[in-house]
Amino acid sequence: MSDGSNNKKMSIIVTKGTLDWAYPPFILASTAASLDVDVTLFFTFYGLQLLKKDLDHLQISTLGNPGMEMPVMGMHMTMPNIVSAIPGVDAMCTSMMKSMIKKKGIASIPELREMCLESDVKIVGCQMTMDLFEWTPDQMIPEMELGGAATYMAGALESDVNLYI
Amino acid sequence: MATQTLDTKGMNCPLPILKTKKAIKGLATGETLEVLSTDPGSVKDMEAFCKSTGNKLLSSAEDGGVYTYEIQKS
Repeated sequence: MSDGSNNKKMSIIVTKGTLDWAYPPFILASTAASLDVDVTLFFTFYGLQLLKKDLDHLQISTLGNPGMEMPVMGMHMTMPNIVSAIPGVDAMCTSMMKSMIKKKGIASIPELREMCLESDVKIVGCQMTMDLFEWTPDQMIPEMELGGAATYMAGALESDVNLYI
Repeated sequence: MATQTLDTKGMNCPLPILKTKKAIKGLATGETLEVLSTDPGSVKDMEAFCKSTGNKLLSSAEDGGVYTYEIQKS
């Protein structure tokens, strides 16, 4: 049976709202769905940014990220924290990252999110975060259902894989 | 001769798997899909995909940086 479910379930709590950190949850969710796993993503705090209708505002931050090395002209450039204080640096690094992503044949975040939706990944937004940041459902993709910690737990207790990203 | 060929050359993880899944969906049981990829990670990934979905990996080969897989839908 290749199009049915294999009765495996996965849940991921998505807490981060930057371009780079948007990759792990959407890659794992879309891939798991391809492997016939029933997937639920629970978006809370900054992770809810990833459910905004438009994703153009997602950025990477150079601050406090010594692991970030951008390949530039055959070398690797690290970003000292002080550089991130300069206005426009995050925007510049974000556009560098986006062009690298495109050049290397890596899917964009809107593309991966669309594939998750197409393969019936369940998308749950945290109601408390919506209230906290004063966001309204009309700003978010229509596939989002709202729920809270108990909604997440009920699904997690039945899941084979539970991740926090 | 495969029923259908899917070219994922130039695409990076997880696109070859996502596209393979979509293509397999359109096939009937017993039909085969040939997948072309330039992603070295796809060797292990295609095995894992077939193992998890129950489809059969008939062959896996590499020639000049291009990986070719033949998968039978079960």
